[in-house]
Amino acid sequence: MTMFSSRNWREYPHRYRLEASKFKKSGKTYFPKRMVDPETGDTEQETVNLPDTGKIVTYTVIRIAPGQWGDQSPYGLAIAELTDGTRLMAQVTDCDVEKIKIGMEVRIEFRRVQSEGHHGVLSYGYKFVPKWY
Amino acid sequence: MAGIVGYGAHLPRHRIKVEEIAKVWGADAPSYKKGLMLREKSVPPPDMDTITLSVEAARNALKRSGGIDPKDIGAIYIGSESHPYAVKPSGTTVAEALGATPDIHCADFEFACKAGSEAMYVALSHVKAGEMPYALAIAADTSQGAPSDALEFSAAAGAAAFIMGTKNLIAEILYTHSYMTDMPDFWRREHEFYPQHAGRFTGEEAYFAHTKGATSAILKKAGMKPSDFQYAIFHQPNGKFPQRVAFEQGFTQEQIDPGWLAPILGNTYSGASPIGLSSTLDVAKPGDMILMCSYGSGAGSDAFIWKVTDRINEVRDLAVHTRKLLEENQIYIDYGTYAKYRRKIRKNA
Repeated sequence: MTMFSSRNWREYPHRYRLEASKFKKSGKTYFPKRMVDPETGDTEQETVNLPDTGKIVTYTVIRIAPGQWGDQSPYGLAIAELTDGTRLMAQVTDCDVEKIKIGMEVRIEFRRVQSEGHHGVLSYGYKFVPKWY
Repeated sequence: MAGIVGYGAHLPRHRIKVEEIAKVWGADAPSYKKGLMLREKSVPPPDMDTITLSVEAARNALKRSGGIDPKDIGAIYIGSESHPYAVKPSGTTVAEALGATPDIHCADFEFACKAGSEAMYVALSHVKAGEMPYALAIAADTSQGAPSDALEFSAAAGAAAFIMGTKNLIAEILYTHSYMTDMPDFWRREHEFYPQHAGRFTGEEAYFAHTKGATSAILKKAGMKPSDFQYAIFHQPNGKFPQRVAFEQGFTQEQIDPGWLAPILGNTYSGASPIGLSSTLDVAKPGDMILMCSYGSGAGSDAFIWKVTDRINEVRDLAVHTRKLLEENQIYIDYGTYAKYRRKIRKNA
């Protein structure tokens, strides 16, 4: 119980606000944040918030979902490239799996991503939804 | 001068039609549709709750705020009867998601369907008093109606958020009036899953007495009459009640139309009149006067008189319009899916 609660808390900056590290020397953005640019060893960075729209680059469909996600199956799990070029993976929600396509435009929405049973903490974060407006 | 600096709403895309619920319980759909003026209602999917709806509505309000820094928001108040936790605030999660922590005051409000307008009232008071530059009020619910109960045809989900401030207003607050008595018309005891209500007793002495009490008092305070308003929004437990209370007080269908959402949205509880205000602001013009009156069982009404400013024309299209969320791209579900989404089916854990 307590382990999940603290891990969940440490992930707020990227899960809640899409915070990423943009390194000074390379100009590259890493998500989630990291201390050191793995290519240059640079530690000078600024925190940026990723944009909230992008396009699906690739995806898979989960039909046999683990435990708590069973009620949501089948669902898509996609890697999307956001408008700034950053790529990230998230669940695709509010979308029939037959309609998920490579190149589909998505928007990031704040959703409940998991819960620790009926008694534990609720964990929130980002998911992709079809961008229809 | 105080009022609304930014506003926004969020709704689930999922809907269930009255016929779909009625056929499961052997109820007469046409009589619900005619009697309560309800055609369909919104349904939150399993990964959506009062916190997630609040965050999305608040982000839309920020888009219309003219780029205020979330760190300048001094308070976040969320009014809801469906806070996801019994103990742990919704407000801190929303504050964290918006980047408004840690120098902020958060509180979760509860008052049946009136918790959202309460949050608006208190947020306005803070900025009027000069305590903080901005205060965020959110009205959000994912309400539950017991299976086969009349409430099941209406209990819906949605949220609206309003950033209150004193500069760059979209709508200035001119008057407020609150009217409450101890009224046992609707309640939920601790650890009970579904609320109870007193049937027909929820009408005349409850909803109508309080909405009329608050409306007549605020009109008297302001020295105004119904024809002085461009628009009016009343709490909407169904489609019929807000229409009747409007007509009985001399308001017209044209005045309530933009904010009269219940026939296709259902009752979003704390969200109801605030979401109606958001869709009314979406079409309002500078100088329009808007009356809003909430109702929460238990019971009370908060009434507000807003005057729309020139800035509405600059901000209305900076975020999605409420009617668009309501009327486009709906996902219709059957009763089985609805029962699963609303956790009405008993399973092994």
